[in-house]
Amino acid sequence: MSSDVMATHTAQISTDRTWLQTLHEWATTVDHKRLGILYILLALLFLVIGGIEATIMRIQLMRPHNDFVSPQVFNRMFTMHGTTMIFFVIMPVMFGFANYLVPLMIGARDMSFPRLNAFSFWLTALGGILLYFSFVGGSGLYGAGNAPDVGWWAYAPLTSRAFSPGHSTDYWTIALLVSGFGSIGTGINLIATILSMRCPGMTLSRMPLLAWLNLVMAGLVLISITPLSAAQIMLLVDRYLGGHFFDSQAGGSAALWMHFFWIFGHPEVYILVIPAFAFASEIIPVFSRKPIFGYPVMVGATVAIAFVSLSVWAHHMFSIGMSSYSNSFFVLTTMVIAVPTGIKIFNWLGTMWGGKIQFKIPMLFCIGFLFQFLIAGLTGIMQGAAPFDWQLTGSYFVVAHFHYVIVGGILFALFAAFYYWFPKITGRMLNETLGKLHFWLFLIGFHMTFDTMHIPGVLGMPRRIYTYEPGRGWDIWNLIVTIGAFIQGVAILVFVANLIFSYLRGPKAGNDPWDAWTLEWSVSSPPPAYNFASIPTVASRRPLWDQKHPEDPDSRYE
Amino acid sequence: MAEKHKTEWPVLVGRATGVFVLLGGILLAASLCNATAPSENAVPSIFEPHSTPAELIRHLSYFVLVITGLIFLVVFILLTYVIVKFRNKTLADGREPAQVYGSTQIELAWTIIPILIVVVLFLATARVIHAIQDARKPATAVEVTAIGHQFWWEFRYPALGIVTANELHVPVSDPAHPTPTFLKLLSADTDHSFWVPQLAGKTDLIPNRVNETWVDPQQTGIYFGQCAQYCGTQHAKMLLRVSVDSPEEFAAWVQAQKQPAKQDEKEIAGRHVFETTACINCHAVGGTNATGRFGPDLTHLMSRSTIASGAAENTPENLRLWIQNPDAIKPGSLMPAMKLSDNDLDALARYLEALR
Repeated sequence: MSSDVMATHTAQISTDRTWLQTLHEWATTVDHKRLGILYILLALLFLVIGGIEATIMRIQLMRPHNDFVSPQVFNRMFTMHGTTMIFFVIMPVMFGFANYLVPLMIGARDMSFPRLNAFSFWLTALGGILLYFSFVGGSGLYGAGNAPDVGWWAYAPLTSRAFSPGHSTDYWTIALLVSGFGSIGTGINLIATILSMRCPGMTLSRMPLLAWLNLVMAGLVLISITPLSAAQIMLLVDRYLGGHFFDSQAGGSAALWMHFFWIFGHPEVYILVIPAFAFASEIIPVFSRKPIFGYPVMVGATVAIAFVSLSVWAHHMFSIGMSSYSNSFFVLTTMVIAVPTGIKIFNWLGTMWGGKIQFKIPMLFCIGFLFQFLIAGLTGIMQGAAPFDWQLTGSYFVVAHFHYVIVGGILFALFAAFYYWFPKITGRMLNETLGKLHFWLFLIGFHMTFDTMHIPGVLGMPRRIYTYEPGRGWDIWNLIVTIGAFIQGVAILVFVANLIFSYLRGPKAGNDPWDAWTLEWSVSSPPPAYNFASIPTVASRRPLWDQKHPEDPDSRYE
Repeated sequence: MAEKHKTEWPVLVGRATGVFVLLGGILLAASLCNATAPSENAVPSIFEPHSTPAELIRHLSYFVLVITGLIFLVVFILLTYVIVKFRNKTLADGREPAQVYGSTQIELAWTIIPILIVVVLFLATARVIHAIQDARKPATAVEVTAIGHQFWWEFRYPALGIVTANELHVPVSDPAHPTPTFLKLLSADTDHSFWVPQLAGKTDLIPNRVNETWVDPQQTGIYFGQCAQYCGTQHAKMLLRVSVDSPEEFAAWVQAQKQPAKQDEKEIAGRHVFETTACINCHAVGGTNATGRFGPDLTHLMSRSTIASGAAENTPENLRLWIQNPDAIKPGSLMPAMKLSDNDLDALARYLEALR
């Protein structure tokens, strides 16, 4: 990384066009790669905001009867933290990577509907802005101008006008409605792109797993965001047009909202985690120097997970007093989903078995992902056993469990993806030393926070409480959880510093820094406009392997 | 490169130990922290049950923990083995490892074995669901209606004609002659959840819906719990305690609670304040014309050890503070600040303190 290279790079940008022109280009772009980057930047911004909200909660809970923030502020923080992290961090970042990578990996020049793509992104951004505008324009359970405080799943009838006067709940509703339409647009776009834009020779059975898994994810988006949008519209009808869907004061059903929400909510977990599986399925083979073990089974297991995930929603509702038969049914479906999930973990292990494992940063994060996702799955089985869940649901155990999924699983896979594809996206490598520091700090902070957090849960500490009584045996665990949260915060700062530093001064990556096998590594870094000068033709799942090993191509075995 | 990565193994081993500590710690912490006198139960651990539903759940949870623990061990050992055995082999010779694409036999093995495990787990779970949810109510059962309010608990004993709040009294249940308590769960406003970890799992209180749960505590003492479903601003201080009484104590408590409020002529001034201010809109005092239902019944206020749904000890100072400035104890509660004159406050406090 010589300084004159830097200089030419900067010079190019500054001489070619003014910053206003650059801004205009990015704001009006319909290019899948730029939209991908915009999604990712939006998500990073909200990741920092959501992280600050988490930190405020952790400071408040550091010791019993703390008065760092009022209950009203605390309730807003957990509502905003959950909503932000799910809808404006993980979903956009996954859409961002899908947008960027899917056309490149299937040998296409763009998505099927570039303008729909841009529209979807700006809807998501608008949703995020609306949500945060509530800090200025809304008012909540307790009065004057502030953010929603009804929890991220916004159970009825807390959202009815009797209990949520003012507009904070409306901002929440409309933010999710608007960004939901954006998600549906992206879902349609991904399905159309993957089904109709593949390059010659790329049959469905030769598609990279990342494309397959995003196809399944997009299908889930269409099926599960729609009931959420419907429920949001019903809630608006209740609040403004005198409807009584969920308004229990007038005979509406609070349980109906729970069903609507979790029919969305559980597939949503898989909308978030399937792209994480996709990253692991691309990265683990490359750093094990072997093809993915059991490709058809991996595809089948993903489809099975998606299918079964549509029938498990009421395991979020074991405590609402369903009949013993309903409870048993949802226990069965919930436990069945462990089978295809287990198959995936075993196949990743099978991929590593007999390989030559290279411990580059993306692989370190993938190993963390495997290990933590295993534990998250096992605590999930515990909660799948309904009677055990009667104790665990609504406690800090469940908070620890889903953070294990989202942070320990999804976020670790996501960091792996950042370190793996950053060179392709920016043309520069991320710094290895800072990467290792990021990995180990985050690993230590993560385990300190979320391993420990299981314990107050089994000791009877409910979630969503702004303070707790001393002497219940919860104090020390909460203190450790808070310290771990700060270590994670430092790790995230190291990561952001690495992104900025490496973007400006990282060594040049070249086309194919990892000696990988999928099509995105055949073009320059960053890829040229419209990706491929001539559309490639593929003969196997690993076209670059065939190119590098003409004596022993994959196409001979598939 | 090779040396560099060897340093990671101690850390990985450390991580493994960390997880065993976690799994063991969940159990140990639960039992160790609870090493207080049995009648206190300060730590409401789910692994220290004193009632049949919680006991059944503990059995099931040990079973599930053992199975998931074994799965964890197997996969974790495999993962560690793979990482150590196949780590960082040099690619200097330019040779890639053998390219293996999959194996049908192995795939079948790791599909069928988990299916068998799932069947076992499901059957064990379904049995406990049935045992708890479909338990028969014996004729000797005590019946209670629990109504969740923002942010307190109303307890009504329809057969005994008792209404109280926040502190549930139930008789101890001798397994030979069970006297379980069956609770009918209702909500007056938003969703709540009844959770006393040592007695039973959670059951939600949902408006327009009648839920049920039951407990048969086998040891006397105080058991702590609290609302476990976010219900609004003061969800955190919607605390709950269950007093498990010996049969004699329970009979005496019932006898005392059945009486109308004691009317002491000395406290007529305080009663007048109560009945001519906003107090009467929300609170009831048995045998007077105070019949409000939005707030806790105060007929036997002084028989309770806490006020504000467990947020404060029931002391004269706290009671006065609660009347004048509820936000000082429980910000966001629905009790209004009464802003009484000192004279009126003194009189009112004396009146309330006489409600035994």
